[in-house]
Amino acid sequence: MNNHSYPTPEIIEVCLLAGKLMMQNGAETYRVEDTMSRIASAYGISQSHSYVTPTGIFFAINDSEPAKLIRIVERTTDLHKVTEVNSISRKISTGDLSPRAAVKELAEIERGPLRYSNRVQLMAAALASGCFMIMFGGVWRDFPAAVLCGGIGFAAVQYFHRLVKVKFFSEFSASFLIGLLAALLTIVGWGQMMDKIIIGSVMPLVPGLLITNAIRDLMSGHLVSGLSKGADACLTSFGIGAGVAVIISYM
Amino acid sequence: MLAQLFTSFIATAGFGILFHAPRRSLLQCGFVGMLGWLVYYSTTDSMGPVSASLLATILIGIVSQGFARLYKMPVIIFSVAGMIPLVPGGMAYNAMRQFVQQHYPQALELALSTLMIAGAIAVGLVLSEVLNQIFHNIRFRPQR
Repeated sequence: MNNHSYPTPEIIEVCLLAGKLMMQNGAETYRVEDTMSRIASAYGISQSHSYVTPTGIFFAINDSEPAKLIRIVERTTDLHKVTEVNSISRKISTGDLSPRAAVKELAEIERGPLRYSNRVQLMAAALASGCFMIMFGGVWRDFPAAVLCGGIGFAAVQYFHRLVKVKFFSEFSASFLIGLLAALLTIVGWGQMMDKIIIGSVMPLVPGLLITNAIRDLMSGHLVSGLSKGADACLTSFGIGAGVAVIISYM
Repeated sequence: MLAQLFTSFIATAGFGILFHAPRRSLLQCGFVGMLGWLVYYSTTDSMGPVSASLLATILIGIVSQGFARLYKMPVIIFSVAGMIPLVPGGMAYNAMRQFVQQHYPQALELALSTLMIAGAIAVGLVLSEVLNQIFHNIRFRPQR
């Protein structure tokens, strides 16, 4: 292994960029730290320290360079990007990639478009809603209603999120819309079991990844990120619950 | 039963798309989800939802780790899609419904069961990881 053949600022840049990308796109905290220290050691730095939280990453190596901080503002879920960063870190580990080339590739991943277009996602969400409705004991007659509610709910959460940057609000209004639509469809007679339709349709909004990640982080000792992800998940669940609750209380 | 298998496969693969899982992992995502749901669905009546969730998540975790090794992808891609159907959404909804209608005792009962199931899912995920670590440590120790 070539010892310190690359300037340290470049190595730090690679690590921070890789960490930021992974954290933004829904990786677990321990994986982010692991990847960053692996990259550093592949470039010949055996001692590195990282402190990863959902809103920012601190990274420091030895004592010659000051620690650097990178801020993470928006978090989405894009597991494809996580996988790509993972494979780049593999390439670095085998010694195939210089820091400069790695930064270039990482920047390309960052700019890369989402894996699936909005239309495909919408269809997936709608179909999944219908399927969940059946899984939770609904009847096939309600399938179209659940697909419709789920699709509209998912479209609404994306639209509202673009409109106002407050996550709570977009989730609240989307689930409000789902509840309203499900109630209307039941009254009109296109749906039979309003409860099942609502449950199926809100499933695409449920923060499943956040919950798993929060627990995974807590159990591996990343208490700060675990708690903050948990709080995020609770807030989302509360938003969904409140939106539906408004409808139920008037039924 | 066939309908359950079919819908759980589609639903989990659909969730893979929502999480932007790589295209070549979608079938596996669906398979993990189907397996988990199959276990949960067939044991929940006899064991109760908490133990059934625990069993299903342990299985999901083990299979996901196998897939992660096999396809060289992060575990989370498979495990997260697989556990989505087990999230106690229906129970949480019912709990909330009772709260809104001011039936507080029933609401609290449902809310606590929801928490228990969520806890079981968590424990299941971690347990499968621990099992995996133990398995690999035992298997690889003689070589070191």
